[in-house]
Amino acid sequence: MSSFSVSRVPVDAVGLEARAKSFTKRSIKAASKHQALQWIIGMMDLTTLEGADTESKVRRLCQKARRPSAELAKVPPVAAVCVYPPFVSVACEALRDTPVQVAAVATSFPNGQSFFSLRLEEVRQTVEAGADEIDMVISRGALLSGDEARIVDEVAAVKELCPKQHLKVILETGELETYDRIRQAAQLAIEGGADFVKTSTGKIGLAATLPITLVLLEAVRDHFLATGKLVGVKAAGGIRTAKQAWQYLVMVKETVGDRWLDPSLFRFGASSLLQDVLLQWDRAAAGRYSSSNLIGLD
Amino acid sequence: MSDPQNPESPSQGRQPVAKTYKMFVGGQFVRSEGGKVLRQENSQGEFLANTVRASRKDLRDAVVGARKALGGWSGRGAFQRSQVMYRVCEVLESRRELFEQSLQRVAGMSREQAQQELDVAIDRWFWYSGWCDKFAQVSGSVNPVATPFFNFTLPEAVGVVALLPSARSPLAGLVSGLAPIVAVGNTAVVVVEQAPTLAVEFAEVIAASDFPGGVVQILTGQRKDLLETVGSHADVDAIQWFGSPGQESANLETLASDRVKRVHLHRDPEPEAWLEDSMQRLDWIDQCVEWKTAWHPRGI
Repeated sequence: MSSFSVSRVPVDAVGLEARAKSFTKRSIKAASKHQALQWIIGMMDLTTLEGADTESKVRRLCQKARRPSAELAKVPPVAAVCVYPPFVSVACEALRDTPVQVAAVATSFPNGQSFFSLRLEEVRQTVEAGADEIDMVISRGALLSGDEARIVDEVAAVKELCPKQHLKVILETGELETYDRIRQAAQLAIEGGADFVKTSTGKIGLAATLPITLVLLEAVRDHFLATGKLVGVKAAGGIRTAKQAWQYLVMVKETVGDRWLDPSLFRFGASSLLQDVLLQWDRAAAGRYSSSNLIGLD
Repeated sequence: MSDPQNPESPSQGRQPVAKTYKMFVGGQFVRSEGGKVLRQENSQGEFLANTVRASRKDLRDAVVGARKALGGWSGRGAFQRSQVMYRVCEVLESRRELFEQSLQRVAGMSREQAQQELDVAIDRWFWYSGWCDKFAQVSGSVNPVATPFFNFTLPEAVGVVALLPSARSPLAGLVSGLAPIVAVGNTAVVVVEQAPTLAVEFAEVIAASDFPGGVVQILTGQRKDLLETVGSHADVDAIQWFGSPGQESANLETLASDRVKRVHLHRDPEPEAWLEDSMQRLDWIDQCVEWKTAWHPRGI
Protein backbone atom coordinates (compact mmCIF):
# COMPACT_ATOMS: atom_id res chain seq x y z
CA MET A 1 0.00 0.00 0.00
CA SER A 2 1.44 3.32 -0.95
CA SER A 3 0.89 6.29 1.30
CA PHE A 4 -0.69 8.48 -1.35
CA SER A 5 -3.43 10.81 -0.24
CA VAL A 6 -5.23 13.95 -1.30
CA SER A 7 -5.70 16.96 0.88
CA ARG A 8 -8.70 16.53 3.15
CA VAL A 9 -11.37 19.12 2.62
CA PRO A 10 -13.88 18.85 5.44
CA VAL A 11 -17.52 19.30 4.47
CA ASP A 12 -19.87 21.24 6.71
CA ALA A 13 -22.86 18.91 6.55
CA VAL A 14 -25.41 21.29 8.08
CA GLY A 15 -24.35 24.17 5.85
CA LEU A 16 -24.24 21.91 2.80
CA GLU A 17 -27.76 20.61 3.31
CA ALA A 18 -29.12 24.08 4.00
CA ARG A 19 -27.45 25.38 0.84
CA ALA A 20 -28.78 22.44 -1.21
CA LYS A 21 -32.26 23.03 0.14
CA SER A 22 -32.12 26.67 -0.91
CA PHE A 23 -31.94 25.57 -4.56
CA THR A 24 -35.41 24.07 -4.24
CA LYS A 25 -36.93 27.45 -3.37
CA ARG A 26 -36.12 29.36 -6.53
CA SER A 27 -38.98 30.74 -8.52
CA ILE A 28 -38.38 29.97 -12.17
CA LYS A 29 -40.27 31.70 -14.97
CA ALA A 30 -42.26 29.57 -17.37
CA ALA A 31 -40.11 30.47 -20.38
CA SER A 32 -36.95 29.57 -18.50
CA LYS A 33 -38.48 26.29 -17.44
CA HIS A 34 -39.23 25.41 -21.02
CA GLN A 35 -35.70 26.31 -22.10
CA ALA A 36 -34.38 24.18 -19.25
CA LEU A 37 -36.45 21.21 -20.43
CA GLN A 38 -34.49 21.26 -23.68
CA TRP A 39 -31.22 21.34 -21.78
CA ILE A 40 -32.30 18.55 -19.46
CA ILE A 41 -33.08 16.29 -22.40
CA GLY A 42 -29.77 17.22 -24.02
CA MET A 43 -27.95 16.34 -20.79
CA MET A 44 -29.69 13.05 -20.22
CA ASP A 45 -28.07 9.63 -20.27
CA LEU A 46 -31.01 7.39 -21.02
CA THR A 47 -30.27 4.26 -19.10
CA THR A 48 -31.22 0.63 -19.04
CA LEU A 49 -29.19 -1.57 -16.72
CA GLU A 50 -31.28 -4.61 -15.96
CA GLY A 51 -30.58 -8.30 -15.92
CA ALA A 52 -33.58 -8.65 -18.23
CA ASP A 53 -32.19 -6.33 -20.93
CA THR A 54 -32.35 -7.71 -24.45
CA GLU A 55 -31.04 -6.48 -27.77
CA SER A 56 -34.50 -5.44 -28.84
CA LYS A 57 -35.03 -3.52 -25.62
CA VAL A 58 -31.74 -1.69 -26.20
CA ARG A 59 -32.75 -0.91 -29.80
CA ARG A 60 -36.03 0.48 -28.55
CA LEU A 61 -34.15 2.63 -26.04
CA CYS A 62 -31.87 3.93 -28.80
CA GLN A 63 -34.89 4.82 -30.89
CA LYS A 64 -36.24 6.74 -27.94
CA ALA A 65 -32.86 8.40 -27.43
CA ARG A 66 -32.64 9.79 -30.96
CA ARG A 67 -36.30 10.78 -31.04
CA PRO A 68 -37.74 10.93 -27.53
CA SER A 69 -41.32 11.41 -28.63
CA ALA A 70 -43.01 10.68 -31.92
CA GLU A 71 -45.76 13.12 -31.02
CA LEU A 72 -43.58 16.03 -29.92
CA ALA A 73 -41.49 16.59 -33.00
CA LYS A 74 -39.27 19.36 -31.67
CA VAL A 75 -37.86 17.43 -28.73
CA PRO A 76 -34.09 17.08 -29.24
CA PRO A 77 -32.19 13.80 -28.88
CA VAL A 78 -30.69 12.90 -25.50
CA ALA A 79 -26.94 13.05 -24.77
CA ALA A 80 -26.27 9.33 -24.54
CA VAL A 81 -27.65 5.90 -23.88
CA CYS A 82 -26.11 3.92 -21.05
CA VAL A 83 -26.09 0.14 -21.33
CA TYR A 84 -24.24 -2.97 -20.20
CA PRO A 85 -21.13 -3.87 -22.27
CA PRO A 86 -22.67 -6.72 -24.31
CA PHE A 87 -25.14 -4.25 -25.82
CA VAL A 88 -22.59 -1.63 -26.92
CA SER A 89 -22.34 -2.90 -30.48
CA VAL A 90 -26.13 -3.05 -30.84
CA ALA A 91 -26.44 0.49 -29.50
CA CYS A 92 -23.64 1.79 -31.77
CA GLU A 93 -25.39 0.26 -34.76
CA ALA A 94 -28.72 1.77 -33.79
CA LEU A 95 -27.23 5.21 -33.13
CA ARG A 96 -24.94 5.48 -36.12
CA ASP A 97 -25.03 8.97 -37.69
CA THR A 98 -26.73 10.48 -34.68
CA PRO A 99 -25.24 12.82 -32.08
CA VAL A 100 -26.23 10.37 -29.35
CA GLN A 101 -23.22 8.85 -27.55
CA VAL A 102 -23.02 5.26 -26.39
CA ALA A 103 -21.99 4.91 -22.77
CA ALA A 104 -21.34 1.57 -21.13
CA VAL A 105 -20.83 0.60 -17.53
CA ALA A 106 -17.70 -1.47 -17.02
CA THR A 107 -15.32 -2.68 -14.27
CA SER A 108 -17.81 -5.08 -12.67
CA PHE A 109 -20.73 -2.75 -12.39
CA PRO A 110 -22.42 -2.20 -9.95
CA ASN A 111 -20.26 -3.41 -7.05
CA GLY A 112 -16.78 -3.48 -8.55
CA GLN A 113 -16.03 -6.68 -6.67
CA SER A 114 -13.95 -8.71 -9.06
CA PHE A 115 -10.30 -9.32 -9.93
CA PHE A 116 -8.76 -6.13 -11.16
CA SER A 117 -7.38 -7.80 -14.28
CA LEU A 118 -10.90 -8.89 -15.24
CA ARG A 119 -12.27 -5.45 -14.62
CA LEU A 120 -9.63 -3.95 -16.89
CA GLU A 121 -10.34 -6.61 -19.51
CA GLU A 122 -14.00 -5.61 -19.41
CA VAL A 123 -12.99 -2.01 -20.15
CA ARG A 124 -10.72 -3.11 -23.00
CA GLN A 125 -13.47 -5.13 -24.67
CA THR A 126 -16.06 -2.44 -24.12
CA VAL A 127 -13.82 0.13 -25.81
CA GLU A 128 -13.22 -2.31 -28.63
CA ALA A 129 -16.96 -2.76 -29.08
CA GLY A 130 -17.16 0.96 -29.80
CA ALA A 131 -18.31 2.68 -26.63
CA ASP A 132 -17.88 6.48 -26.59
CA GLU A 133 -18.09 6.75 -22.84
CA ILE A 134 -17.08 4.41 -20.03
CA ASP A 135 -18.84 4.49 -16.67
CA MET A 136 -16.57 2.73 -14.16
CA VAL A 137 -17.17 1.95 -10.51
CA ILE A 138 -14.57 2.45 -7.80
CA SER A 139 -13.69 -0.08 -5.11
CA ARG A 140 -15.68 1.38 -2.26
CA GLY A 141 -14.32 -1.25 0.11
CA ALA A 142 -10.78 -0.04 -0.55
CA LEU A 143 -11.74 3.52 0.18
CA LEU A 144 -13.64 2.58 3.34
CA SER A 145 -10.58 0.69 4.59
CA GLY A 146 -8.37 3.69 3.94
CA ASP A 147 -6.55 2.61 0.77
CA GLU A 148 -6.79 5.89 -1.09
CA ALA A 149 -3.98 5.13 -3.48
CA ARG A 150 -5.83 2.16 -4.89
CA ILE A 151 -8.70 4.37 -6.03
CA VAL A 152 -6.31 6.68 -7.88
CA ASP A 153 -4.42 3.76 -9.38
CA GLU A 154 -7.60 2.04 -10.55
CA VAL A 155 -8.98 5.15 -12.21
CA ALA A 156 -5.62 5.87 -13.83
CA ALA A 157 -5.32 2.31 -15.12
CA VAL A 158 -8.80 2.45 -16.63
CA LYS A 159 -8.18 5.86 -18.17
CA GLU A 160 -5.07 4.48 -19.81
CA LEU A 161 -7.26 1.92 -21.60
CA CYS A 162 -9.76 4.48 -22.81
CA PRO A 163 -7.80 7.65 -23.54
CA LYS A 164 -10.23 8.88 -26.20
CA GLN A 165 -13.39 7.90 -24.40
CA HIS A 166 -15.10 9.95 -21.77
CA LEU A 167 -14.41 8.29 -18.42
CA LYS A 168 -17.13 8.69 -15.80
CA VAL A 169 -16.19 7.46 -12.36
CA ILE A 170 -19.10 6.22 -10.26
CA LEU A 171 -18.45 6.87 -6.58
CA GLU A 172 -21.61 5.13 -5.31
CA THR A 173 -22.00 7.84 -2.72
CA GLY A 174 -24.73 5.93 -0.90
CA GLU A 175 -22.09 3.51 0.33
CA LEU A 176 -19.56 6.11 1.42
CA GLU A 177 -21.52 7.14 4.50
CA THR A 178 -20.26 10.70 5.04
CA TYR A 179 -19.98 13.86 2.96
CA ASP A 180 -16.31 14.05 3.92
CA ARG A 181 -15.66 10.70 2.34
CA ILE A 182 -17.71 11.56 -0.75
CA ARG A 183 -15.59 14.66 -1.20
CA GLN A 184 -12.44 12.61 -0.70
CA ALA A 185 -13.57 10.00 -3.23
CA ALA A 186 -14.34 12.70 -5.78
CA GLN A 187 -10.88 14.22 -5.37
CA LEU A 188 -9.23 10.81 -5.72
CA ALA A 189 -11.18 10.07 -8.90
CA ILE A 190 -10.24 13.44 -10.36
CA GLU A 191 -6.63 12.83 -9.37
CA GLY A 192 -6.75 9.52 -11.23
CA GLY A 193 -7.88 11.23 -14.44
CA ALA A 194 -11.67 11.08 -14.39
CA ASP A 195 -13.47 13.17 -17.01
CA PHE A 196 -16.66 12.97 -14.96
CA VAL A 197 -17.50 12.10 -11.39
CA LYS A 198 -20.84 10.35 -11.04
CA THR A 199 -22.89 9.93 -7.90
CA SER A 200 -24.41 6.49 -8.08
CA THR A 201 -25.05 3.23 -9.85
CA GLY A 202 -28.79 3.49 -9.26
CA LYS A 203 -28.65 -0.03 -7.88
CA ILE A 204 -28.86 0.81 -4.19
CA GLY A 205 -31.57 2.73 -2.40
CA LEU A 206 -29.65 5.91 -1.70
CA ALA A 207 -28.90 7.55 -5.05
CA ALA A 208 -28.29 11.13 -6.18
CA THR A 209 -29.54 13.88 -3.90
CA LEU A 210 -28.98 17.61 -4.11
CA PRO A 211 -26.47 17.78 -1.21
CA ILE A 212 -24.45 14.82 -2.50
CA THR A 213 -24.29 16.29 -5.99
CA LEU A 214 -23.35 19.62 -4.46
CA VAL A 215 -20.30 17.99 -2.84
CA LEU A 216 -19.20 16.75 -6.26
CA LEU A 217 -19.80 20.14 -7.85
CA GLU A 218 -17.72 21.83 -5.17
CA ALA A 219 -14.94 19.30 -5.72
CA VAL A 220 -14.79 19.97 -9.46
CA ARG A 221 -15.06 23.71 -8.87
CA ASP A 222 -12.10 23.68 -6.47
CA HIS A 223 -10.15 21.50 -8.90
CA PHE A 224 -10.84 23.96 -11.68
CA LEU A 225 -9.80 26.92 -9.55
CA ALA A 226 -6.58 25.17 -8.56
CA THR A 227 -5.58 23.69 -11.92
CA GLY A 228 -7.80 25.21 -14.62
CA LYS A 229 -8.93 21.72 -15.67
CA LEU A 230 -12.58 20.97 -16.34
CA VAL A 231 -14.21 17.88 -14.86
CA GLY A 232 -17.89 17.03 -15.33
CA VAL A 233 -20.49 15.82 -12.87
CA LYS A 234 -23.21 13.24 -13.48
CA ALA A 235 -26.13 12.96 -11.10
CA ALA A 236 -27.59 9.49 -11.45
CA GLY A 237 -30.49 7.70 -9.84
CA GLY A 238 -33.50 9.05 -8.01
CA ILE A 239 -34.16 12.02 -10.32
CA ARG A 240 -37.63 11.31 -11.64
CA THR A 241 -39.32 14.64 -12.21
CA ALA A 242 -38.63 17.72 -14.29
CA LYS A 243 -39.03 19.78 -11.14
CA GLN A 244 -36.12 17.96 -9.50
CA ALA A 245 -34.03 18.37 -12.63
CA TRP A 246 -34.68 22.13 -12.69
CA GLN A 247 -33.39 22.31 -9.13
CA TYR A 248 -30.20 20.53 -10.17
CA LEU A 249 -29.67 23.00 -12.99
CA VAL A 250 -30.10 25.92 -10.59
CA MET A 251 -27.51 24.32 -8.33
CA VAL A 252 -25.07 23.76 -11.18
CA LYS A 253 -25.40 27.35 -12.36
CA GLU A 254 -24.97 28.81 -8.89
CA THR A 255 -22.10 26.54 -7.87
CA VAL A 256 -19.89 26.10 -10.92
CA GLY A 257 -21.42 28.55 -13.38
CA ASP A 258 -22.83 28.59 -16.89
CA ARG A 259 -19.93 26.73 -18.37
CA TRP A 260 -21.13 23.53 -16.72
CA LEU A 261 -24.63 23.88 -18.16
CA ASP A 262 -23.55 21.73 -21.06
CA PRO A 263 -23.76 18.01 -21.81
CA SER A 264 -19.97 17.83 -21.89
CA LEU A 265 -19.81 18.81 -18.22
CA PHE A 266 -23.12 17.93 -16.62
CA ARG A 267 -25.35 14.91 -17.11
CA PHE A 268 -28.42 13.32 -15.66
CA GLY A 269 -28.46 9.54 -15.46
CA ALA A 270 -32.07 8.47 -15.51
CA SER A 271 -34.54 5.93 -16.76
CA SER A 272 -37.84 7.54 -15.80
CA LEU A 273 -36.99 11.27 -15.88
CA LEU A 274 -37.59 11.57 -19.62
CA GLN A 275 -41.26 10.64 -19.26
CA ASP A 276 -41.96 13.47 -16.84
CA VAL A 277 -39.92 15.94 -18.89
CA LEU A 278 -41.99 15.06 -21.96
CA LEU A 279 -45.19 15.53 -19.95
CA GLN A 280 -44.03 19.00 -18.92
CA TRP A 281 -42.96 19.74 -22.49
CA ASP A 282 -46.40 18.85 -23.82
CA ARG A 283 -47.99 20.87 -21.04
CA ALA A 284 -45.98 23.95 -21.98
CA ALA A 285 -46.74 23.48 -25.67
CA ALA A 286 -50.46 22.78 -25.33
CA GLY A 287 -51.25 24.98 -22.34
CA ARG A 288 -52.94 22.23 -20.34
CA TYR A 289 -51.81 19.33 -18.20
CA SER A 290 -50.78 16.32 -20.21
CA SER A 291 -51.24 12.57 -20.03
CA SER A 292 -48.90 9.65 -20.51
CA ASN A 293 -51.41 8.39 -23.06
CA LEU A 294 -50.45 11.30 -25.31
CA ILE A 295 -46.68 10.96 -25.29
CA GLY A 296 -46.12 7.23 -25.04
CA LEU A 297 -46.32 5.02 -21.99
CA ASP A 298 -42.83 3.55 -22.19
CA MET B 1 -62.93 29.38 26.10
CA SER B 2 -65.30 27.44 23.90
CA ASP B 3 -64.42 25.14 21.08
CA PRO B 4 -65.26 26.92 17.81
CA GLN B 5 -65.85 23.64 15.99
CA ASN B 6 -67.99 22.11 18.69
CA PRO B 7 -69.74 24.74 20.81
CA GLU B 8 -71.78 22.18 22.76
CA SER B 9 -68.78 20.46 24.30
CA PRO B 10 -67.93 21.49 27.86
CA SER B 11 -64.47 22.99 27.80
CA GLN B 12 -63.93 23.20 31.59
CA GLY B 13 -61.27 25.81 31.34
CA ARG B 14 -58.99 23.95 28.98
CA GLN B 15 -57.92 24.98 25.53
CA PRO B 16 -59.52 22.56 23.07
CA VAL B 17 -57.53 21.23 20.12
CA ALA B 18 -59.07 22.52 16.93
CA LYS B 19 -58.88 20.38 13.81
CA THR B 20 -56.96 21.47 10.73
CA TYR B 21 -59.12 20.50 7.78
CA LYS B 22 -56.72 19.30 5.11
CA MET B 23 -57.38 17.76 1.73
CA PHE B 24 -57.12 14.07 0.98
CA VAL B 25 -54.71 13.26 -1.88
CA GLY B 26 -52.92 10.01 -2.63
CA GLY B 27 -54.01 8.56 0.71
CA GLN B 28 -52.51 11.47 2.67
CA PHE B 29 -54.05 14.50 4.30
CA VAL B 30 -52.25 17.45 2.73
CA ARG B 31 -52.28 21.21 2.80
CA SER B 32 -52.50 23.27 -0.35
CA GLU B 33 -49.38 23.85 -2.37
CA GLY B 34 -50.40 27.53 -2.58
CA GLY B 35 -51.27 27.87 1.12
CA LYS B 36 -54.62 29.59 0.59
CA VAL B 37 -57.55 28.92 2.88
CA LEU B 38 -61.25 29.73 2.95
CA ARG B 39 -63.17 30.76 6.06
CA GLN B 40 -66.04 28.43 6.84
CA GLU B 41 -68.98 29.40 8.98
CA ASN B 42 -71.66 27.32 10.60
CA SER B 43 -75.33 27.73 9.74
CA GLN B 44 -75.58 30.61 12.27
CA GLY B 45 -72.78 32.51 10.54
CA GLU B 46 -70.20 31.87 13.27
CA PHE B 47 -66.63 30.91 12.50
CA LEU B 48 -66.24 27.17 12.14
CA ALA B 49 -62.87 26.48 10.60
CA ASN B 50 -60.52 27.41 7.81
CA THR B 51 -60.45 24.94 4.96
CA VAL B 52 -58.00 24.58 2.14
CA ARG B 53 -58.58 26.49 -1.08
CA ALA B 54 -57.13 24.11 -3.64
CA SER B 55 -55.02 25.50 -6.47
CA ARG B 56 -54.56 24.20 -9.99
CA LYS B 57 -51.36 22.52 -8.91
CA ASP B 58 -53.20 20.74 -6.12
CA LEU B 59 -55.58 19.44 -8.73
CA ARG B 60 -52.67 18.27 -10.85
CA ASP B 61 -51.20 16.44 -7.86
CA ALA B 62 -54.58 14.86 -7.20
CA VAL B 63 -54.79 13.59 -10.78
CA VAL B 64 -51.27 12.15 -10.46
CA GLY B 65 -52.38 10.33 -7.30
CA ALA B 66 -55.52 9.03 -8.98
CA ARG B 67 -53.65 7.85 -12.06
CA LYS B 68 -51.11 6.01 -9.92
CA ALA B 69 -53.82 4.20 -7.97
CA LEU B 70 -55.90 3.30 -11.03
CA GLY B 71 -54.13 0.10 -12.05
CA GLY B 72 -54.25 -1.41 -8.60
CA TRP B 73 -57.86 -0.50 -7.90
CA SER B 74 -59.35 -1.44 -11.27
CA GLY B 75 -57.25 -4.60 -11.27
CA ARG B 76 -58.63 -5.82 -7.96
CA GLY B 77 -61.21 -8.51 -7.89
CA ALA B 78 -64.70 -7.01 -8.04
CA PHE B 79 -65.70 -8.88 -4.91
CA GLN B 80 -62.77 -7.43 -3.02
CA ARG B 81 -63.67 -3.93 -4.16
CA SER B 82 -67.13 -4.50 -2.79
CA GLN B 83 -65.67 -5.58 0.56
CA VAL B 84 -63.57 -2.42 0.73
CA MET B 85 -66.61 -0.30 -0.06
CA TYR B 86 -68.69 -2.13 2.52
CA ARG B 87 -66.11 -1.20 5.14
CA VAL B 88 -66.98 2.47 4.53
CA CYS B 89 -70.53 1.71 5.70
CA GLU B 90 -69.14 0.15 8.87
CA VAL B 91 -67.01 3.18 9.62
CA LEU B 92 -69.84 5.60 8.81
CA GLU B 93 -72.12 3.73 11.24
CA SER B 94 -69.48 3.97 13.94
CA ARG B 95 -69.20 7.73 13.40
CA ARG B 96 -72.91 8.51 13.33
CA GLU B 97 -72.70 11.06 16.08
CA LEU B 98 -69.95 13.04 14.36
CA PHE B 99 -71.85 13.21 11.08
CA GLU B 100 -75.21 13.98 12.66
CA GLN B 101 -73.65 16.89 14.54
CA SER B 102 -71.77 18.05 11.48
CA LEU B 103 -74.86 18.02 9.30
CA GLN B 104 -76.75 20.07 11.86
CA ARG B 105 -73.93 22.53 12.35
CA VAL B 106 -72.85 22.97 8.76
CA ALA B 107 -76.05 22.49 6.80
CA GLY B 108 -78.43 23.73 9.48
CA MET B 109 -80.44 20.51 9.49
CA SER B 110 -82.63 19.41 12.36
CA ARG B 111 -81.56 16.31 14.25
CA GLU B 112 -84.15 14.21 12.39
CA GLN B 113 -83.11 15.54 9.00
CA ALA B 114 -79.48 14.86 9.79
CA GLN B 115 -80.25 11.31 10.83
CA GLN B 116 -82.25 10.75 7.69
CA GLU B 117 -79.52 12.14 5.44
CA LEU B 118 -76.93 9.92 7.13
CA ASP B 119 -79.17 6.84 6.82
CA VAL B 120 -79.59 7.46 3.13
CA ALA B 121 -75.88 8.04 2.66
CA ILE B 122 -74.95 4.76 4.34
CA ASP B 123 -77.66 2.75 2.61
CA ARG B 124 -76.78 4.20 -0.76
CA TRP B 125 -73.07 3.50 -0.40
CA PHE B 126 -74.06 -0.03 0.66
CA TRP B 127 -76.24 -0.41 -2.43
CA TYR B 128 -73.41 0.60 -4.76
CA SER B 129 -70.90 -1.61 -2.94
CA GLY B 130 -73.18 -4.53 -3.71
CA TRP B 131 -73.04 -3.64 -7.41
CA CYS B 132 -69.24 -3.97 -7.61
CA ASP B 133 -69.33 -7.65 -8.48
CA LYS B 134 -72.77 -7.68 -10.12
CA PHE B 135 -72.61 -4.82 -12.58
CA ALA B 136 -70.60 -6.76 -15.14
CA GLN B 137 -72.95 -9.75 -15.07
CA VAL B 138 -76.09 -7.67 -15.29
CA SER B 139 -74.93 -5.16 -17.89
CA GLY B 140 -72.41 -7.23 -19.84
CA SER B 141 -73.65 -9.35 -22.69
CA VAL B 142 -72.97 -12.28 -24.92
CA ASN B 143 -73.69 -11.08 -28.42
CA PRO B 144 -75.13 -13.16 -31.24
CA VAL B 145 -72.85 -12.94 -34.27
CA ALA B 146 -73.11 -14.65 -37.64
CA THR B 147 -69.54 -15.93 -37.70
CA PRO B 148 -67.92 -18.65 -35.60
CA PHE B 149 -66.93 -16.37 -32.75
CA PHE B 150 -67.83 -16.22 -29.13
CA ASN B 151 -68.59 -12.52 -28.82
CA PHE B 152 -69.01 -10.83 -25.49
CA THR B 153 -69.06 -7.31 -24.09
CA LEU B 154 -67.83 -6.33 -20.62
CA PRO B 155 -67.54 -3.05 -18.75
CA GLU B 156 -64.12 -1.75 -17.69
CA ALA B 157 -63.19 1.28 -15.63
CA VAL B 158 -62.94 4.39 -17.80
CA GLY B 159 -60.01 5.73 -15.71
CA VAL B 160 -59.61 8.88 -13.65
CA VAL B 161 -62.99 10.51 -13.06
CA ALA B 162 -63.42 14.06 -11.78
CA LEU B 163 -66.49 14.63 -9.64
CA LEU B 164 -68.03 18.04 -9.03
CA PRO B 165 -70.68 16.94 -6.55
CA SER B 166 -73.99 18.39 -5.44
CA ALA B 167 -73.80 21.77 -3.72
CA ARG B 168 -77.14 21.18 -2.01
CA SER B 169 -76.81 17.81 -0.34
CA PRO B 170 -73.51 17.67 1.54
CA LEU B 171 -73.44 13.99 2.39
CA ALA B 172 -76.06 12.10 0.37
CA GLY B 173 -75.08 14.09 -2.71
CA LEU B 174 -71.40 13.38 -2.25
CA VAL B 175 -71.99 9.67 -1.69
CA SER B 176 -74.37 9.41 -4.66
CA GLY B 177 -71.78 10.96 -6.92
CA LEU B 178 -68.72 9.12 -5.62
CA ALA B 179 -69.92 5.56 -5.01
CA PRO B 180 -70.81 4.72 -8.65
CA ILE B 181 -67.40 6.02 -9.77
CA VAL B 182 -65.27 3.87 -7.50
CA ALA B 183 -67.55 0.81 -7.57
CA VAL B 184 -66.42 -0.18 -11.08
CA GLY B 185 -62.72 0.43 -10.45
CA ASN B 186 -62.28 4.08 -11.42
CA THR B 187 -60.32 6.45 -9.26
CA ALA B 188 -61.85 9.79 -8.34
CA VAL B 189 -60.83 13.40 -7.91
CA VAL B 190 -63.59 15.25 -6.06
CA VAL B 191 -63.74 19.03 -5.88
CA VAL B 192 -65.96 20.11 -2.99
CA GLU B 193 -67.06 23.72 -2.60
CA GLN B 194 -70.08 23.46 -0.30
CA ALA B 195 -69.69 22.08 3.24
CA PRO B 196 -65.99 21.22 2.82
CA THR B 197 -65.52 20.28 6.48
CA LEU B 198 -68.05 17.52 6.06
CA ALA B 199 -66.29 16.28 2.94
CA VAL B 200 -63.01 16.14 4.84
CA GLU B 201 -64.72 14.15 7.58
CA PHE B 202 -65.93 11.80 4.89
CA ALA B 203 -62.35 11.58 3.58
CA GLU B 204 -61.36 10.45 7.07
CA VAL B 205 -63.88 7.65 6.74
CA ILE B 206 -62.31 6.64 3.42
CA ALA B 207 -58.87 6.76 5.05
CA ALA B 208 -60.06 4.58 7.93
CA SER B 209 -61.59 2.00 5.61
CA ASP B 210 -59.45 -0.26 3.45
CA PHE B 211 -59.27 1.91 0.35
CA PRO B 212 -55.77 1.96 -1.15
CA GLY B 213 -54.29 5.47 -1.13
CA GLY B 214 -55.13 7.45 -4.25
CA VAL B 215 -58.46 5.83 -5.14
CA VAL B 216 -60.33 8.83 -3.74
CA GLN B 217 -58.95 12.38 -3.73
CA ILE B 218 -60.97 15.05 -1.97
CA LEU B 219 -60.02 18.64 -2.74
CA THR B 220 -61.76 21.55 -1.05
CA GLY B 221 -61.97 24.98 -2.59
CA GLN B 222 -63.82 26.94 -5.20
CA ARG B 223 -65.08 25.32 -8.34
CA LYS B 224 -64.33 28.42 -10.38
CA ASP B 225 -60.62 28.15 -9.49
CA LEU B 226 -60.35 24.60 -10.76
CA LEU B 227 -62.97 24.17 -13.45
CA GLU B 228 -60.73 25.08 -16.36
CA THR B 229 -58.05 22.64 -15.23
CA VAL B 230 -60.58 19.87 -14.66
CA GLY B 231 -61.94 20.38 -18.15
CA SER B 232 -58.63 20.65 -19.98
CA HIS B 233 -56.43 18.19 -18.07
CA ALA B 234 -55.55 15.47 -20.55
CA ASP B 235 -55.21 12.83 -17.86
CA VAL B 236 -58.81 13.15 -16.64
CA ASP B 237 -60.90 10.61 -18.53
CA ALA B 238 -64.41 11.56 -17.47
CA ILE B 239 -66.28 14.23 -15.54
CA GLN B 240 -69.39 13.85 -13.41
CA TRP B 241 -70.82 17.31 -12.90
CA PHE B 242 -73.73 18.32 -10.66
CA GLY B 243 -75.21 21.80 -10.76
CA SER B 244 -77.52 24.06 -12.72
CA PRO B 245 -76.62 23.90 -16.40
CA GLY B 246 -75.35 27.26 -17.61
CA GLN B 247 -72.12 29.00 -18.46
CA GLU B 248 -70.03 26.79 -16.15
CA SER B 249 -71.21 23.52 -17.65
CA ALA B 250 -70.94 24.87 -21.19
CA ASN B 251 -67.32 25.90 -20.60
CA LEU B 252 -66.55 22.54 -19.13
CA GLU B 253 -67.93 20.73 -22.16
CA THR B 254 -65.96 22.95 -24.53
CA LEU B 255 -62.69 22.36 -22.69
CA ALA B 256 -63.31 18.64 -22.43
CA SER B 257 -64.02 18.29 -26.12
CA ASP B 258 -60.32 18.65 -26.93
CA ARG B 259 -59.66 15.18 -25.54
CA VAL B 260 -63.18 13.87 -26.18
CA LYS B 261 -63.62 13.42 -22.47
CA ARG B 262 -66.83 11.91 -21.13
CA VAL B 263 -68.73 14.76 -19.56
CA HIS B 264 -72.01 13.97 -17.82
CA LEU B 265 -74.00 16.94 -16.62
CA HIS B 266 -76.59 16.32 -13.93
CA ARG B 267 -79.11 18.77 -12.53
CA ASP B 268 -78.59 19.23 -8.80
CA PRO B 269 -82.08 18.82 -7.28
CA GLU B 270 -83.47 20.08 -3.97
CA PRO B 271 -81.83 18.57 -0.87
CA GLU B 272 -84.87 16.40 -0.10
CA ALA B 273 -84.89 14.95 -3.60
CA TRP B 274 -81.43 13.49 -2.98
CA LEU B 275 -82.97 11.22 -0.37
CA GLU B 276 -85.32 9.55 -2.83
CA ASP B 277 -84.60 6.15 -4.29
CA SER B 278 -84.66 7.66 -7.76
CA MET B 279 -81.24 9.19 -7.02
CA GLN B 280 -79.78 5.74 -6.60
CA ARG B 281 -79.03 4.98 -10.18
CA LEU B 282 -77.39 2.21 -12.09
CA ASP B 283 -76.89 4.42 -15.12
CA TRP B 284 -74.42 6.53 -13.12
CA ILE B 285 -72.20 3.47 -12.93
CA ASP B 286 -72.80 2.96 -16.63
CA GLN B 287 -71.49 6.48 -17.33
CA CYS B 288 -68.15 5.61 -15.74
CA VAL B 289 -67.28 2.53 -17.76
CA GLU B 290 -65.69 1.74 -21.07
CA TRP B 291 -67.26 -1.19 -22.91
CA LYS B 292 -64.92 -3.81 -24.23
CA THR B 293 -66.08 -6.31 -26.82
CA ALA B 294 -63.99 -9.40 -27.45
CA TRP B 295 -64.20 -11.80 -30.39
CA HIS B 296 -63.02 -15.24 -29.42
CA PRO B 297 -62.78 -17.87 -32.18
CA ARG B 298 -64.72 -21.08 -31.62
CA GLY B 299 -65.44 -24.30 -33.45
CA ILE B 300 -61.95 -24.43 -34.97
